[in-house]
Amino acid sequence: MSGDHGDSGAAAVAARVRRVEALLEQRGLVDPDELDRALTAFLSQGSPATGARVVARAWVDDGFRLRLLADANTALPEVGASMGGGLQEQRLKVVENTATSHNVIVCTLCSCYPIALLGPSPTWYKSEGYRSRVVRDPRGVLRDLGYALPDDVDVTVWDASAETRHMVLPRRPEGTDGLSETELAALVTRNGLIGVAAV
Amino acid sequence: MGDRFAPGARVRTRRTDPPHHTRLPRYARGAVGTVVEPEGRHPLADDRARGLPTEPQTVYAVRFEARELFGDGDHAVTLDLWESYLEEAL
Repeated sequence: MSGDHGDSGAAAVAARVRRVEALLEQRGLVDPDELDRALTAFLSQGSPATGARVVARAWVDDGFRLRLLADANTALPEVGASMGGGLQEQRLKVVENTATSHNVIVCTLCSCYPIALLGPSPTWYKSEGYRSRVVRDPRGVLRDLGYALPDDVDVTVWDASAETRHMVLPRRPEGTDGLSETELAALVTRNGLIGVAAV
Repeated sequence: MGDRFAPGARVRTRRTDPPHHTRLPRYARGAVGTVVEPEGRHPLADDRARGLPTEPQTVYAVRFEARELFGDGDHAVTLDLWESYLEEAL
């Protein structure tokens, strides 16, 4: 059994969470503001813009790129980012797209995603359709999402089934030699960090 | 305790379908893959979900060819798998 986290069960789970939260507050086990404070702290620095900043630095600084690929958690503080978000730090693995290989991330069992770094995931990322199909037919999923990957590019799907979270390092677009690090970061999208877009 | 499998080792995943929570997805059971790297040591999710005492064990990134998992396809899938999900593939 891998657990039932289907879309149909999401409302029931949300209702159960609200009920448990209410009981914890009623019995004085949790301060009513405590969960909000923890969530706010967790999400405060998580944003696709943070991931974009990481990517832009990797594009302009080859030493940082190599450190990021070797041990992302150690490299992230160089750009003021972390996988902690006020809670226990999670391991991050950054996977690099090249001219010959492309990476895409998923969590087939539920919805694991580098929230502390990138903020909440897009709704479709948690859908049963994406989760079940991208491991089976990643090229088809990318095509449906508007990204036509050349046939001669190898595809690796990273299924986050344990404690590591993943982020894609997209390829630097052609013709961007003159751009500043800030301008480069503005080119990077959340879909690019998931691997369902070129950048 | 050291890691049982080194990067490059060929491993086969368990086939059994446990009655409890597990993080070995059904589509990756009984399949042969290659260890990419160890990812640190963590308590086994199967035990934690049942409130059982558990010692941390190594989790590995393991790469599988789509053909091995699904019978066709030209891509690869990498999963994060606890050591006790794996046995040496001869």
